[in-house]
Amino acid sequence: MESWVEIVSAIFIYIGVIFLVISSVGIIRLPDFYIRMSAITKAATLGIGFIVTGITIYFNEVVIMNKSITIILFMLLTSPVAAHVIARAAFRNRVLFWEKTIIEEFKPYLKEHGAMPETNVDKADLPGKKQ
Amino acid sequence: MKTFIVHFLLSITFTSLFFRMVEVPYHALSAALTFLAAFFVLWLCIFFFNRSYFKKIPLVVSFFFYFLKELIVASLKVAYDIITPIHYMKPGVIALPLDANTDAEITILANLISLTPGTLSIDVSEDKKILYVHAIYIIDGDIERLKMEIKNGFEKKLLAITR
Repeated sequence: MESWVEIVSAIFIYIGVIFLVISSVGIIRLPDFYIRMSAITKAATLGIGFIVTGITIYFNEVVIMNKSITIILFMLLTSPVAAHVIARAAFRNRVLFWEKTIIEEFKPYLKEHGAMPETNVDKADLPGKKQ
Repeated sequence: MKTFIVHFLLSITFTSLFFRMVEVPYHALSAALTFLAAFFVLWLCIFFFNRSYFKKIPLVVSFFFYFLKELIVASLKVAYDIITPIHYMKPGVIALPLDANTDAEITILANLISLTPGTLSIDVSEDKKILYVHAIYIIDGDIERLKMEIKNGFEKKLLAITR
């Protein structure tokens, strides 16, 4: 009985760790800033969710279950807000999109805010410097 | 929402009373099951008083599992793309026209879109009509199809709950 609990919780924790490792590799491998943001923050959320679930199954106590539910809830609340704010700050500071990105529908909005990335527009139009 | 909070607190109270009265092993699984049973009984009892709440709880549960499924499927897709040498992704920014009106609905929708790996909500236009979403997988550059997927998936289910 006890060994079954250990095996199940170990499987959960391993899955979580694998997700975290893959997302760390993704930070290095993915082509541009926005893809990194959208791919990485959530992989980390899922990884932490799996690890915390594994811990709950292992200990099987009410106090720990309440704490882990709170942890998962706050991860789900905060991580998308952080990702959204960082991405918004990035496009307003003219962080470049990957060259294969389709931004036709986003161009009017970018022009409106004077935040057109420099690869898609003549350099003379923009006051800012390319980083 | 008020009914939900009242039921939640009542279920917690019942669970704590139950374990004080009855001699059963007290651990996470039994406590969670007792809580769910109490909540289920309260949900059945509300049938005669508050019909809309009675209909909404199954929608919330199915929405939760739908979201979990989307989260895991999209995570596996992104993970596969990271560990294989070639990038299969075709990223793009789509302008999603919103049916959600209030601030709360837009906030929840944007957060859910951000939480799914592969899509990231970048900005809302000033008149709250358009949500700009950065998506990684646009199949064959077909923007309209992805828009319809999000609208018929997340937005439709969310609006069924909030309205």
